[in-house]
Amino acid sequence: MIARFLKDEGVEYIYGYPGGAALHIYDALFRQDDVKHILVRHEQAATHMADGYARASGKPGVVLVTSGPGATNAVTGIATAYMDSIPMVVLCGQVASHLIGEDAFQETDIVGVTRPIVKHSFSIRHPSDIPTVLKKAFYIASSGRPGPVVIDIPKDMTAPTERYEYVYPRKVKLRSYNPVSRGHTGQIRKAVDLMMSARRPVIFAGGGVITGRASEALTALAHRLNIPVITSLMGLGAFPQNDPQSLGWPGMHGSYESNMAMHHSDLVLGVGVRFDDRVTNNVNRFCPDARIVHIDVDPSSISKTVHADVPIVGAADHVLNEMLNQIGQRTEAQEPLDEWWETINAWRDERRGKLYEPAAAGEPLKPQQVVEAVHRATHGDAYVVTDVGQHQMFAAQYYKFNQPNRWVSSSGLGTMGYGLPAAMGIKLNYPDEHVVLFTGEGSFQMMMQELSTCKQFGIPVKIVNLNNASLGMVRQWQDLNYKSRHAHSYMESLPDFEKLIEAYGFKAITVSTAEQLEPALEEAFRSKDELVFLDIHVDPREHVYPMQVPQGAMCDMLLSKTERT
Amino acid sequence: MRHIISMLLENEPGALSRVVGLFSQRNFNIETLNVAPTDDPTLSRLTVTTHGDERIIEQITKHLNRLIDVVKLVDLTEGAHIERELMLVKVKAQGSARDEVKRTADIFRAQIVDVTPSVYTVQITGDATKMDAFLQAVTPLGVLEVARTGVSGIARGDKVLSL
Repeated sequence: MIARFLKDEGVEYIYGYPGGAALHIYDALFRQDDVKHILVRHEQAATHMADGYARASGKPGVVLVTSGPGATNAVTGIATAYMDSIPMVVLCGQVASHLIGEDAFQETDIVGVTRPIVKHSFSIRHPSDIPTVLKKAFYIASSGRPGPVVIDIPKDMTAPTERYEYVYPRKVKLRSYNPVSRGHTGQIRKAVDLMMSARRPVIFAGGGVITGRASEALTALAHRLNIPVITSLMGLGAFPQNDPQSLGWPGMHGSYESNMAMHHSDLVLGVGVRFDDRVTNNVNRFCPDARIVHIDVDPSSISKTVHADVPIVGAADHVLNEMLNQIGQRTEAQEPLDEWWETINAWRDERRGKLYEPAAAGEPLKPQQVVEAVHRATHGDAYVVTDVGQHQMFAAQYYKFNQPNRWVSSSGLGTMGYGLPAAMGIKLNYPDEHVVLFTGEGSFQMMMQELSTCKQFGIPVKIVNLNNASLGMVRQWQDLNYKSRHAHSYMESLPDFEKLIEAYGFKAITVSTAEQLEPALEEAFRSKDELVFLDIHVDPREHVYPMQVPQGAMCDMLLSKTERT
Repeated sequence: MRHIISMLLENEPGALSRVVGLFSQRNFNIETLNVAPTDDPTLSRLTVTTHGDERIIEQITKHLNRLIDVVKLVDLTEGAHIERELMLVKVKAQGSARDEVKRTADIFRAQIVDVTPSVYTVQITGDATKMDAFLQAVTPLGVLEVARTGVSGIARGDKVLSL
């Protein structure tokens, strides 16, 4: 019944790992060809694969794991998806109903364990409920503000000896769940009033614009009013970065001009963002002169950290189009923004050419220049996946995104090990595209067993290992806050990555000088059908700048090891 | 400020733990909690009293509303409402105290629902301040055990919380 439902729901791939409580389901999958199962090497990877696919496609990723350790191994991936509002359906085997509560072999109360990190969860109590519950799960996971949904399936619910009639439920209704779509016209009018009269407005667009497929509307609105656009880390690609109105992303390691512009603005139009602490810095000193308009599909996101002067609950696409519509009917002139753009362009000029110092001859490569070189080698249109740490920030800063759904990174939870499986989930579904993973030797070693999955299913991702032999971001904090006492932020006894990769039958290239970089990239990106691992030795002393000063306002930044605002 | 939030909840296993979990997870406080099925067997009514400024209460109600199992919700403290709690108290009732307990119970319009030679069990209903006042009055006489139901409430007038 589960296999048939997945087929009818249009699911092509599921990611999982078998075990006792899930064996009936696995047997059903074995006896059909429509839904393809990808066997991972650790359940956490299954959730990240589903997550990567979901971020690139906008559709829910599907995971199948067994009870107990199978389910608990999936927890980190579920939490990752929850924090970034990623649609996912996780099917967990469970011990048979009569054993539940008896501490049976491989029993865990996974509904209880995952309760704070799911959008919703279900336990199947009768086999005939399976199609409806699954339909509800897919609906909840992918509508409104998306998120992961866990379904607990006791083994006896899938017993092949019992037969029930199966009908695919085309629609489900939940009396207590009706996600809003249209925004309130009156609130939108108030927001438009503010936008027409603002002297220093900024648009702050987040992941909600990508999830809500509202990039086009956002771009049209920004162009119509000539307002500068800042996207959050989750929103990279929601507005083309090659557009002169793009200021990049704000926050802890955001661009100088975006932090300066947001801090000095008199109006922030937040769309599908959650004003998280990595953006606002000290929330009491956040944007002192700005009125806040906050559009979000989830009312609980509004005024959670930053008070919204004009809250608008609704889907980004609808609200932005309604704004355009109302602006079209206005007769009054918009406040001119020339002076504001002059100020912004002056901020841009201040830091132009000073972002980092490329390596001198004989010096180790800078991670920033590697990201820039990869951007050139892939013509800026690859799917870019990252792990977590300095390399993640460098990738976000120096790879420029012009399309939504191309930047895939664990932003909210910051899950090391996320990258490789997420990249695999994308490459599997988009085999004709370049999928680049930026990782570090720390993150990569958390999930490197998945190379074996790449081998089994032929998943040729490109891996750029920015190897600084240390946990760079931890090291940076220790340099700045702990007088360079590098407590356990070094990586001794690293494997010989070339040999390791070759052991799986893949190609690895080691790069340690600037001269080797371009030829290595050329070789790596020549074909889209070959997994290539680039072990690039980069300068371990490099820090990520700008960096906001703790407890400061957005505009309080360290700009390099010697400069601050 | 103290708020009484009342909601209709799917009468499903796990629904209550989602509500309670939300409070601890988001660092909100629960002072009292009261839950029982309604006339519609598929729905429970859950009433919680909590403390917080306007911003916190707004967050609490928004997050509760986000739970799929929460069907409908009202902050009773926003309008005129009736608030009731029931309390059972065992009080020492020997010697001169025996009459004093009886008199105090009468003053509070409470009932003595169980009697032994040494103990009265008193049942009292009302709002939380009345419970507190009664307890204060009988504490010098010797309170042995207290069982309170937590607050239940309903809006005054024609307003109803239903589907």
